[in-house]
Amino acid sequence: MNLLQIHEPGATPDPHAEEQELAIGIDLGTTNTVAAIAGAAGPEVLRAGDGEALLPSVVHYRADGAVEVGDAAVAGLAEDPGAVIASVKRLMGRGAEDVRRLAGHLLFELLPGAGMVRLKIRERAPSPVEISAEILRAAKARAEQALGRAVGRAVVTVPAYFDDAARSATKDAARLAGIEVLRLVNEPTAAALAYGLDKQAEGIFAVYDLGGGTFDISLLRLEKGVFQVLATGGDTALGGDDFDHAIAERFLAERGGAISPSEPKQALLLARRVKEELSRAETGRWRLALGGRVSEHELDRATLEGLIAAPIERSLAITRGVLADADLAPADVDGVVLVGGSTRVPLVRRRVAELFGRPALADIDPDAVVALGAALQARALTRGSDTLLLDVIPLSLGLETMGGIVEKIIDRNTPIPVAKAQVFTTYQDGQGGMLLHVVQGERETVDQCRSLARFELKGIPPMTAGAARTKVTFAVDADGLLTVEAEEETTRVRAGVEVRPSYGLSDEEMARMLRDSLENAEADMQRRLLIEAQVDADRVLQALAAALAADGALATEEDRAAIAAAAEKLRAARSREDRDLINGMIEGLEKAALPFAQRRIDRAIGQALAGRSLDEVEASVASGAAPVPAADHL
Amino acid sequence: MDMTVESDDSVVACWSCHGPVAGAALFCHTCGAVQPPGTRDHFARLGISRSFEIDAGDLDKRYFAFQRNLHPDRFARRSAKERAIAESQSASLNQAYETLKDPLSRAAYLLELVGRPSAAVNAATVEDEELLTEALENREALMEAETTDAVDEFGSRAAAAAVRCLADLSSAFARADFPEADRLTTQLRYWRKLGEEVRIKRRLLETPQS
Repeated sequence: MNLLQIHEPGATPDPHAEEQELAIGIDLGTTNTVAAIAGAAGPEVLRAGDGEALLPSVVHYRADGAVEVGDAAVAGLAEDPGAVIASVKRLMGRGAEDVRRLAGHLLFELLPGAGMVRLKIRERAPSPVEISAEILRAAKARAEQALGRAVGRAVVTVPAYFDDAARSATKDAARLAGIEVLRLVNEPTAAALAYGLDKQAEGIFAVYDLGGGTFDISLLRLEKGVFQVLATGGDTALGGDDFDHAIAERFLAERGGAISPSEPKQALLLARRVKEELSRAETGRWRLALGGRVSEHELDRATLEGLIAAPIERSLAITRGVLADADLAPADVDGVVLVGGSTRVPLVRRRVAELFGRPALADIDPDAVVALGAALQARALTRGSDTLLLDVIPLSLGLETMGGIVEKIIDRNTPIPVAKAQVFTTYQDGQGGMLLHVVQGERETVDQCRSLARFELKGIPPMTAGAARTKVTFAVDADGLLTVEAEEETTRVRAGVEVRPSYGLSDEEMARMLRDSLENAEADMQRRLLIEAQVDADRVLQALAAALAADGALATEEDRAAIAAAAEKLRAARSREDRDLINGMIEGLEKAALPFAQRRIDRAIGQALAGRSLDEVEASVASGAAPVPAADHL
Repeated sequence: MDMTVESDDSVVACWSCHGPVAGAALFCHTCGAVQPPGTRDHFARLGISRSFEIDAGDLDKRYFAFQRNLHPDRFARRSAKERAIAESQSASLNQAYETLKDPLSRAAYLLELVGRPSAAVNAATVEDEELLTEALENREALMEAETTDAVDEFGSRAAAAAVRCLADLSSAFARADFPEADRLTTQLRYWRKLGEEVRIKRRLLETPQS
């Protein structure tokens, strides 16, 4: 066994790598961003020097070229409102077209042009992805300061109802900020994780998550460390911002007169304060000072509730739909968890409690619970854990067929990861190609769904209409990101796309931005590829060591000499930190070990085989014990 | 009907250590590497007998236990290749679970396994004339219903019919009467669809007219 020196079981090949790279959880919110870390004592929020946990998701592009994030950016609002961006999350993954539809609600100036949305801020034209990257960079810096160590990896949360485009935009933003995304986790699922682990909750739970700009409702089954999402729904343009808008509009109407373009932002800031104060007090008076003119406004809670009833009722209608999707009645729910700052509004709490017939839980801070859950998942992914998150896809995925009709391939609420295939055919004689249009949504026609990507399968040889058999495979990974592949089965012509929405960043744009970014994002990426190669080198060395330990008698002197020499070379390459060299030596070692592997196969054929098979897992299922992957026993 | 769990005693090469491993193995017994999912049927994948009657609690328990071993989150610290294989294992488990959990898709899948893929995925190809007439009548009456009570009446009728259908399906499968099972599967699909339409209609009626 000394032939191959391998690492002890569970030991990190490069202890420094793990030490340097702490993994945190980040809740990138519409209004606030929160970072947290989970240690042995449980998860905790990472705070700034002054003890503040919430980082306002606000970015100020200053005239001198500097970029400020958080409270400093909010402070810039008064004198430089045109260069301060808030609620950018509402634009994530959106095309210029959809954003124009929202335009009344947005206070950004957009640059004209199709494709990806860009904002006009002085001479700059940042995209929502770049603006979000600034926020994430600030959150990372805050975390590093609190921990006194570098942070390289994170679980980043997204609204459960985010579509594929918004998810990839979020992942891109993290990459730009020099953060490796361990996993995108849905916000309500993260909250359930925090509750489930902290309060040992079991049964069916509803997570009602009303944030600044997004609403999610998820139903989960919690059972012995398994978090199974049963159904999810929401609205990515519904949140506390809508309450603020209603108040601001009322005040501006009361005030009358002309409104300059920069004033609504300040009115909204006041509106937010009014909302928060009326969550505690029954009535109040406020002064709105804009452009040198001061107006006074009075509002009581009952009037406020009249103003905000409609968006709340919309969230309840969505909630009823999700209950029906899961085939559950409100009474089947064992607990309701409130998440998001907007659930502090008394009317929200009252209406949710009425719907479920029970008071909702908010004993973990609704602003922090998502980040805490994300931190727990980050720990689970880097240190291992017994909990299991089984999430679902929020919106159906399909293809455009004749007449603009959507053929659904994966239905909403299907557990992920998932891979599904369907066969399509040509409709014209001699049709040489097929245009595939990938869409997401619940409606029957393409124009009412969200267009995710278009690609073409070319080179189908002439056949009569209906003779070609094109198998289209949709695969959604555990982050909820889609890859589509098409293959014509008779000719094996293939085409595929990793769905990068047309209004997302192209690979070249991403590469350029990585090069330009002040962080060493490019170097980070190289380093990650190196670590990946090192992990694979260890895997090969371990596999061979195990094979020699088990079947050493089948190795000839020549085998052993060749394997030992190649293994030595691989170890040398590994310590020289040269990725290409490592990959070359991995190949060399696998080749040197081939004759030995062949002898092992030859002996086994015809023999009864032990293998850690279904039967063993079944036995452990029957005994109630969760089996552990054999990989961890090495 | 065949009640045994399919066994796979073929020998394949482990992708990682290149040694022999059983075709059905989840992990290599020598080097421990996770193995690709292969092409087992959904019942075999979850280790339950091929039957229409299944124990839902047992199905959940098995699904969770397999996912605990095979979900990609368990492989976050391992090589890219292993993560990719875990992902396809996990996706196969999800597909098996989703197919078997719901009695309608389970029935359709069982028919597919015995070589009778139920063609009647949409009402246009229904050959059962009695059902077709009933479907048309019900749909028309539902469209004309104007109160939630009238709509709910349809809802409970559809639900009761679905329950009857399930009981009949169970005995048809027990007798291995596949033509009958096929007919009942189409019926069940129809009752489900009516239930769905009732839901939509009810939502329409509940939405306040402004």
